[in-house]
Amino acid sequence: MKKPARALGEVLSNLFKEKATCNYPFEKAVVDARFRGRIAFESDKCIGCKMCVRACPAKAIEIILSAEQPAAAPVAEGAVPVPAKKKFDCIMSLDRCIYCAQCVDICPKKALISTQDFELAHTDRRTLILHYK
Amino acid sequence: MSKMTIPLGPQHPALKEPVNFTLVLEGEQITGSTVNLGYNHRGVEKAAESRTFLQDIYLIERVCGICSHSHTTCYITCVEELAKALVPERALAIRTLVAELERVHSHLLWLGIAGYEMGFETLFMYSWRDREQVLDCLEMVSGNRVHYGINTIGGVRRDITAEQKKIILSKISYLEERTKYYVKLGTEEPTVLARTQKVGMLPHDVALERGAVGPTARASAVKRDVRKDEPYLIYDKLDFNLITHDTNDVFGRLVVRVLELVESYKIIRQVLNYLPEGPIAVKVPAKIGPGEAVSRYEAPRGEDFHYVKANGTDKPERVKVRAPTMANYPSVSYMLDGGYLADVPMVIAAIDPCMSCTDRAMVYDNKAGKVQIYGWDDLRKYGIEHYKKRGIDFSKM
Ligand code: SF4
Ligand code: SF4
Repeated sequence: MKKPARALGEVLSNLFKEKATCNYPFEKAVVDARFRGRIAFESDKCIGCKMCVRACPAKAIEIILSAEQPAAAPVAEGAVPVPAKKKFDCIMSLDRCIYCAQCVDICPKKALISTQDFELAHTDRRTLILHYK
Repeated sequence: MSKMTIPLGPQHPALKEPVNFTLVLEGEQITGSTVNLGYNHRGVEKAAESRTFLQDIYLIERVCGICSHSHTTCYITCVEELAKALVPERALAIRTLVAELERVHSHLLWLGIAGYEMGFETLFMYSWRDREQVLDCLEMVSGNRVHYGINTIGGVRRDITAEQKKIILSKISYLEERTKYYVKLGTEEPTVLARTQKVGMLPHDVALERGAVGPTARASAVKRDVRKDEPYLIYDKLDFNLITHDTNDVFGRLVVRVLELVESYKIIRQVLNYLPEGPIAVKVPAKIGPGEAVSRYEAPRGEDFHYVKANGTDKPERVKVRAPTMANYPSVSYMLDGGYLADVPMVIAAIDPCMSCTDRAMVYDNKAGKVQIYGWDDLRKYGIEHYKKRGIDFSKM
């Protein structure tokens, strides 16, 4: 059954509707709380197990020993010396990362965090390699 | 009238991805057509062999951007079968939910593209605007609009909260209203009817003979849907109809897809109300197998098929993907024959093709100007010679 101009009513009613688009980038775009954006790293939590490195499908993470290590806590007389917790750095290659957040899921110490940061496009690839200390 | 052969693609405004059709024309009528693949072969199957089962999820997800959940679920079903993992019911329900949300987004996307191809851009704009609602649902549930990454071996990665359930239900009600309008628009608007009726005919017996799958087959009255034939996930507990149509043309494919949207809404509601309590994942050891498994899955475009062979290590020995578009290509050349050149984009779009998922490698011999298909023995010989030139001898292996 043909009914010409079937869409006309819809088109006219849409003239008075709110816009469906937003004026990005002049207006800020909001992403959901679960969004998987740039991965952040908290060095004091990391134990250097490198499970994230092994799990990462894009080979985007490197965990290295920090250049500066914290000094060991002063040993009390007669006590067994406790070695200081080693400190690790994380080198995140955002140009390789596919933002799957598998590293976040697998980290036993929650040292990696998925942020809502998504505006990561850049003209220089080198700036996408982040060195978290 | 003299015959003329023209190429369509690999770069063509009507094609979203590279594929080439060689069309033989008499006037503006098509008398013969061949599909030529091979422009976008990415070697995903080979790459899967050098990654762990877990890493492969994210690789397999990228086989297709639109049905990424279909591919991972199909792959993961094989892996879980090999690992003998008992996936919790709640995880299966969440997978089903994402699968149906994905079907809704894929069909709305198709509806828009179909509108665009037939020169009805109003439909394109409206259906893509509405599609945002379901993409928002997917982002809320999984954390991403396109590559959801919800699956993990042994379950799913994110749970559904009561609040999310409410939001999804309200968005689904909105979409249901809109879909009712699209049903009316699609079946009554003269533009749509003129461009789709009696175009790209695929009679029932030809669809069977050429092994068409998905909405393409169902529009030729082939009752074929893996969700019904061999229920996976929790589809055996759900009540929905298998939609078929008997006009065998592009119009039928449009009707099937739009009515399937309505069925998907029904399924989403049922899953959300069913959602059993419990854990969302079980632990699965990294080393899996040895063994082989196959699994079938009804993707938005038709039956998806995966084969995984494990050898007891943490990496698969072989992964094979047969995406639905591959099964529908033989039907395309039948549908094009006898039709008009102007209808070609419409006919191709009607199978909802996804070229990159499907692509196969070919070897083009520059000197002879010939395309060559390599068998296993030829490939082996080629590999040995290739490495011999680099000083490694594999001929004794
Ligand atoms: S970030 Fe987490 S997973 Fe990676 S090395 Fe540190 S503790 Fe281990
Ligand atoms: S988000 Fe994924 S790709 Fe990126 S670093 Fe983590 S595991 Fe690797």
